[in-house]
Amino acid sequence: MIRSLLIPRRLVMLAILAVMAGLVVAYGRWEWLGNPKYQALIVRGIGNTLILLVLTMAIGMALAIPLGLAQAVGPWYLAVPARVFCSVIRGTPLLLQLFLLYYGIGSLFPGIPGIRDSWAWPILRDAWYYAVVGLSLSVAGYEGEVMRGAFKAVPHGQLEAARAMGMPRLTIFRRIWLPQALHRVLPTLGGETVLQLKATPLVAMITVVDIYAVASRVRSETLITYEPLLLLAVVYLGITGVIVTLFRWFEGRVPQRVA
Amino acid sequence: MSGALLSSTLELLALNPPGWGAVLLWGLWHSVLIAAGAFALGLGIGVLGAYGKIYGGPVTKDLLAVYTTVVRAVPELILILILYFAVTDALNQILVALGREKVQISGVAAGILVLGVVQGAYATEVLRGAILSVPAGQIEAARAMGMPPVMLARRVTLPLMLALALPGLANLWLIATKDTALLAVVGFAELTQATRQAASTTKAFFTFYAAAGVLYLAVSLASTLIFSVLERRARRGQRPVQG
Repeated sequence: MIRSLLIPRRLVMLAILAVMAGLVVAYGRWEWLGNPKYQALIVRGIGNTLILLVLTMAIGMALAIPLGLAQAVGPWYLAVPARVFCSVIRGTPLLLQLFLLYYGIGSLFPGIPGIRDSWAWPILRDAWYYAVVGLSLSVAGYEGEVMRGAFKAVPHGQLEAARAMGMPRLTIFRRIWLPQALHRVLPTLGGETVLQLKATPLVAMITVVDIYAVASRVRSETLITYEPLLLLAVVYLGITGVIVTLFRWFEGRVPQRVA
Repeated sequence: MSGALLSSTLELLALNPPGWGAVLLWGLWHSVLIAAGAFALGLGIGVLGAYGKIYGGPVTKDLLAVYTTVVRAVPELILILILYFAVTDALNQILVALGREKVQISGVAAGILVLGVVQGAYATEVLRGAILSVPAGQIEAARAMGMPPVMLARRVTLPLMLALALPGLANLWLIATKDTALLAVVGFAELTQATRQAASTTKAFFTFYAAAGVLYLAVSLASTLIFSVLERRARRGQRPVQG
């Protein structure tokens, strides 16, 4: 990795890149980074982005497993709704889904009598929960399709062998089917996590304070156009790098037998 | 109750004012226009990028690697903002330097340009993979016949790789149609922005966002259908894939 950078032409390119970065740092307007108010906001924003990413990937994958199973082997009354759900999620923009959830469905709730006094009202009013639901459903829709393929790709002989050993169906699922399907998905999961990371800034459109929302606020308060956007790009590049490295490390730890 | 609800919904979605149906369809038209332009621009960038990545010199390869990596790692929303401001700024500075008036770039043109650059990075990767899986013998045979490079690309490489590239390109087209929604953030009058206006004017949020969802879904279902026909056509005469 390091050695591949030490070729003369790459050293020249790195030098050009360093000079450009130096110029941006030296001549750009970065004084807002020294403001403790913005520093606290940036930390909070990055934290919220990361929490959203991890939480929605986990919930989404948990939903994707039954969705994939229903599509792969389920009876028609489960397979058809699962397929329709996946098509709708994959066929409409996430931004629109978030608007529909937060402004559309969110605007219907106040019409229900007595709801303002119930325990659910603070949750129903908070954009954060709509963002979690919207992003999780999006993961479920895309990954449900992936899991369908993965469940179907597990060799039949494996399941038949387990059945011949007298394993109950649930044990077969837990010990043979699900682990092998997840194993197949693992190489694509890193890429899907990066895609999900790139989807998180959309939650800023429904007033959730993630790192994108923080940068937008800095831009509108200081009237600086480019520097907050560049910081954002660097932050997302950094998080992407961490995700890719983590998944590469994790994949290396899972035994892989290529037939 | 439900009858009244239905008729008021139909009234909101009617094509003639005070219904907002025409506004939504106008937004849809802009969305499809921007998506088609961006897809075409992306294809152009993608073909050049793929050839550059395969046959280009070492510096070209490195620069293209930086382009595809950065564009695919940074959220589209942020790329759109950076490119939009950068392109508008650069153009106006050039115009001012030439002693001309500043211009406001039209929404459609800017959207096509910005999304096209994003699409180009993905298209480069899709097309590179497809070109690489064209049997080398076919290309070598054409070269042995003395075909010039451009004719070789036009007659052999591109038609042969089309069948392999189409599923990836279909995916890209769907991404393009959905990414146009992001342009609402910069205030372009495409479908999502039009829906937002209609919803906030009439306060019928649910109706309009659901209607826009149906429109997007119709576009994506129709596209899936068209691309499957195209793929069958591109595969004609080829042996079906075993498996």
